[in-house]
Amino acid sequence: MSEPGPPPVGSTAPPPPETGEPTTTAGRYQVMQKLGGVVPAVLTGILAFFMGGVVIAISGHNPIDAYRGILDGAGINWFWAHLGNTDVLDLSTFNFTQTLLRTTTFVFAGLAVAFAFRCGLFNIGGNGQYTMGVVVSVWVGAYWGNALPNGLHVVIGIVLGALAGALWAGIAGILKATVGAHEVITTIMLNWIAYYFASYCFGQGGPLQNTQPGREAAPISDDVLDTSHAIIPVFWGDEGFQALHYGFFLAIAALVVFWIVLNRTTLGYEVRAVGFNPDAAAYGGINVKKNYFLAMAISGMFAGLAAAIDIFGWKYRAGTLDIQATTVGYVGIAVALLGRSTAVGVGLAAFVFGALDYGTTRGLDPEVFDPTLAGNLSYMIQGMVVLFVGADILILYLWSLRRKRFASPRMAGRGV
Amino acid sequence: MTSIAEPVRASIVTPFRIGVAGVILGALSFWIALPPLHTRNLVAPALLAAAAAVAGGYAAWQGEVRAGWGAIVIGGLGVGLAYLATRSSVDNLEIAFTWSSLIAAMFVFATPLIYGSLGGIFSERSGIVNIGIEGMMLMGAFWGIWGADKTGSWITGVLIGMAAGGLIALVHAFFSIHLRADQIISGTAIYFLSLGITGYAFVQLYGDKNIPAGVSEIPRLQLRFLDHIPPDAVGDFLYGAFGRLSLMIWIGFLCVVIAHVAIFKTPLGLRLRACGEHPRAADTVGISVYGTRYFAVVLSGVLAAAGGAFLSVGVVSSFTEGQTGGRGFIALAAVIAGNWRPFGSLFFACLFGFCYSLALQLGNTYRDSVAGLDVLAGMLPYVITLIIVAGVIGKSYPPAAVGRPYTKQ
Repeated sequence: MSEPGPPPVGSTAPPPPETGEPTTTAGRYQVMQKLGGVVPAVLTGILAFFMGGVVIAISGHNPIDAYRGILDGAGINWFWAHLGNTDVLDLSTFNFTQTLLRTTTFVFAGLAVAFAFRCGLFNIGGNGQYTMGVVVSVWVGAYWGNALPNGLHVVIGIVLGALAGALWAGIAGILKATVGAHEVITTIMLNWIAYYFASYCFGQGGPLQNTQPGREAAPISDDVLDTSHAIIPVFWGDEGFQALHYGFFLAIAALVVFWIVLNRTTLGYEVRAVGFNPDAAAYGGINVKKNYFLAMAISGMFAGLAAAIDIFGWKYRAGTLDIQATTVGYVGIAVALLGRSTAVGVGLAAFVFGALDYGTTRGLDPEVFDPTLAGNLSYMIQGMVVLFVGADILILYLWSLRRKRFASPRMAGRGV
Repeated sequence: MTSIAEPVRASIVTPFRIGVAGVILGALSFWIALPPLHTRNLVAPALLAAAAAVAGGYAAWQGEVRAGWGAIVIGGLGVGLAYLATRSSVDNLEIAFTWSSLIAAMFVFATPLIYGSLGGIFSERSGIVNIGIEGMMLMGAFWGIWGADKTGSWITGVLIGMAAGGLIALVHAFFSIHLRADQIISGTAIYFLSLGITGYAFVQLYGDKNIPAGVSEIPRLQLRFLDHIPPDAVGDFLYGAFGRLSLMIWIGFLCVVIAHVAIFKTPLGLRLRACGEHPRAADTVGISVYGTRYFAVVLSGVLAAAGGAFLSVGVVSSFTEGQTGGRGFIALAAVIAGNWRPFGSLFFACLFGFCYSLALQLGNTYRDSVAGLDVLAGMLPYVITLIIVAGVIGKSYPPAAVGRPYTKQ
């Protein structure tokens, strides 16, 4: 038998630190959190939106008008204009419910990135995991007939959708744990594989393509609603018009579960320890590989949940165009980063991006600002959020200019 | 595993080489079922696959686990694919496996990957992970065709695209070098930013219309003499495969050679590698780590953008939002699989390019007989990339300090 080789080296995994600084992003996070708390996050958001405004101005539009259009489109004016109004025939109330619908999705998508983050892994594969979740939920919801009681049908659909996401992310987790393949590369490849797989499933002649008479030519699946009426009940609005459903409370519950698992369980302790410094964790007797796999699988489960709850909650169907337009996983990255991968932060950031997403697309009045421009604007704002969060030092530096000559602000909290 | 008692034998017939031979045999078992050989029964492919499995089994038993299992898996796949090939009609096989056009298409698909991976190599050799290659490529793709459209010349178009890629790379460099941001996150941000910037500019500048037709294109290099090489079949093949390639493809090959020489044979390359392996040591002997890294990252943006510009100005003469479609990440996979060496990643870029071209040909040929195959085949390059990345890691050695911000002392 061969002698044991050196441990597999990840493609871009940093070698053991010389200086004792945290080696991973999660580690840096924890240090930064002690320093700035919520301030850098808020500053990050403001700076990103400000820069977005600069772009709008450069391209010859009025940033104030554009942002007001986006806010109104997201129904944020509900708070001051129509607070308490629950009639969805009112535009701002309807827009507000739509923002909350997106918030629901983005909470799960954010948690999908945040959980892996706390383990020091970067899950860019939310999109692929979401897509696989969509395929499985549609399959369960629309193609299993109506033999099951509706409630059970929904529960099974959600569980299997979540499992699909977990399995898809688990592939990346296993590759990371066994051969050390960097999760960024593997999850991106898995995104594209899921993309083509789902496009095949819902596409012309695919196994999940429409069977209803007169609609055989559309590259869209059957409806969950038509076959079994196995859907998540709605509590605000009408189910025919994208109403807010009880999945919203599932999202809030997921935030609580996320907090409890991370902060009050052995699994969470191990995940955080690995995230802070895998070498130290291994030295302390924690099985790093197991935690890599588990963290990825749990992350994927959240992405799969996002998909299942979208399908059973308000989308009821999926088509190749939906699959191609999906950006849920990428928004999740911005949500998790802006929210510092904490439960409360993810919840708030999901609301911000939920509003941005609806406010820049369907909700936006085309007279005020072109939605195709605005959609790309939200990409830019996401990019800048990610950029600035990655460089918290910049924000911290701006925030505490008095410590001008301090070589590295993040050294301050560590007592070195 | 290698015994000291028999050094001579071990140096020629190592278990690893037997494993590699097994891989080749496994591939051959499929190849003989294709044009021009067209084996129509399965005996020969099965024999070759069995030989592959035996070689792989021996290699695995001797401790070369990856090569060994690789040979066994490829042997199995080879005989399976050969079975499929014998089920297909000879006419369809002739269409799907026209080797000269497959290879010509391979180079077209590989070229963005070649430029992108060269960019990745420069950046990572200097110690900066560049996940943003995809974004830089996208910048090159949009601003390249915009430039070609506005100036009327593909040369200035490509140059403008390269400058745009260099600019966005400068952002990545500033955040990851001076601000010591996490390079993976910063690179991801570059990707989002580029997606937004190119999409926004595209809508702003072109509205609902696409890039107008008749934009200046990168010319092809006509090599007529290849056609006249005897015998006719060889001449036809050479001309079909190499005779009408775009100029940018040949420049790409040239860049690989130049990059190899620059990185491994010049003082500049030595400094670059020193910054990636041990920045403290490099700093101590007077090399500017920050300067070198800035140079490398910007160069990587310029190269990646050239690859992107090739996509828009050289291949399709138009732009679509998110045009690069993950190619930047595949280029990065080629960097890793190619062990951070230009010729290594050239090989893998061509392999991934071949997957793209094969997927396209298979999809087009068989989509009538298998519904949706043209879509499903699109997975092929990504699946192969995933397998290869998983397979080579542990055998590849990244620069020691890659991904770690350097703080001057």
